[in-house]
Amino acid sequence: MVDKNIFEIKDFNIYYGDFIAVKNIALDIEINRITAIIGPSGCGKSTLLRALNRMNDLIPSSRVEGRALFQGVNIYDKDTDVIELRRRVGMVFQKPNPFPSSVYENVAFGPRLRGIKKKSLLDEIVENALVKADLWKEVKDKLNEPGLGLSGGQMQRLCIARSLAQEPEVILFDEPTSALDPISTGHIENLLQELEKTVTIVIVTHNMQQAARISNYTAFMYIGELVEFGDTNTIFVNPANKLTEEYITGRFG
Amino acid sequence: MAIFDNELKELRQNILKLGCMVENAIRDSVKALVERDSELAKEVIQRDHLVNALDVRIDEECVRLIALRQPMASDLRLITTAMKITTDLERMGDLAVNIAERTIELNEEPQLKPFVNIPRMAEISQSMVRDSLDSFVTGCSRLPYEVIKRDDEVDDLTVRNFEELLSFMIQDPKNIPLAVKRTYIAKYLERIADHATNICEMIIYMCKGKMIRHTELGEEK
Repeated sequence: MVDKNIFEIKDFNIYYGDFIAVKNIALDIEINRITAIIGPSGCGKSTLLRALNRMNDLIPSSRVEGRALFQGVNIYDKDTDVIELRRRVGMVFQKPNPFPSSVYENVAFGPRLRGIKKKSLLDEIVENALVKADLWKEVKDKLNEPGLGLSGGQMQRLCIARSLAQEPEVILFDEPTSALDPISTGHIENLLQELEKTVTIVIVTHNMQQAARISNYTAFMYIGELVEFGDTNTIFVNPANKLTEEYITGRFG
Repeated sequence: MAIFDNELKELRQNILKLGCMVENAIRDSVKALVERDSELAKEVIQRDHLVNALDVRIDEECVRLIALRQPMASDLRLITTAMKITTDLERMGDLAVNIAERTIELNEEPQLKPFVNIPRMAEISQSMVRDSLDSFVTGCSRLPYEVIKRDDEVDDLTVRNFEELLSFMIQDPKNIPLAVKRTYIAKYLERIADHATNICEMIIYMCKGKMIRHTELGEEK
């Protein structure tokens, strides 16, 4: 039987130097579902998200304690291949950040790095990823034009396509629509719900309505701690915790 | 947030206002019946448009709050409850009008017999309406559960009232038109108690986030 939790996090702490940014987290993330992490600025939600593919390694003062398993294997094992981990657990950021190269090269970059050289295979991967990212129709005639020349929403979908070309099992989204207009946001949200069938999605968002609209599970964090985690319907209709209630009804502090 | 809090406060006040209007309509319609006061019955009928107008206003306000304030959690439950409560209250208002209409018809004929069951039913139904609105204001308490239990008493009285009137009808078929009208009135009161029950069920939802409708209340703690 396949384990239905793709991530299993327990007694998990993240430090920046002496500062403890994420405290004693226990959280299981279900496979092929959308899990949203919400909470006020500085609550540690992005830090936690970035721990899932070891993006925090890039910050020298950061260190972790506890257990974070991805597909049953500790992410922070000494012999973890971080490059491979980040291929399997992709990430899309707040600001669309295409490479300063063509649409095609943006998407082909990862597969090339993996050693795929055959043009026909690359073409296929690029087209598939762009189709999945719902961008193909808009860019199929301008594959050689610069990725940075696309609109904000298109650039963000290009970044999603770039991530998909790596055939990830998970994509982590850190505020993926906060720089986009409502139409592009809607586009991305539809896309996430489409992707959910094949990819596990973890999304950090300040937009509670977005979490409510698209996620299956919602985690509410406050000052580094996980206050409440449950199915999205319960969290937004009848949360168990008073802090959660205050936060989502906007009566915080 | 202060604006939204004030809007919710106003919403609660409007529900109470609507509740008061409906409570008065029920009280007056039964008073008109017992005291054979057709003028008062006409007044009840005339006042009903105020209930209808406030019902529409509350509904529109709820839709506006959902669209503009995007309520969550307890706020969301309050607003959805308000929408359902107003419908129940408005229906109670209509039933009071029905009582008033039958009253005017009955008052044109000599009285069949003095009223015993109906005033008792009216008393319980009114207490249910009043207490359901009280529990809407005071929020989470035992009160809505107690109100729901009172519905059984009203149901029993409905049956007893019917059996009594049935004997009058069997005695003399000439009694049938008046007896049927009195049966209707009991039925209206029984429906009013049902709507009060609905309100209490929604208040329990508002407080606890749990739907107890169409379940055995006994299972609830």
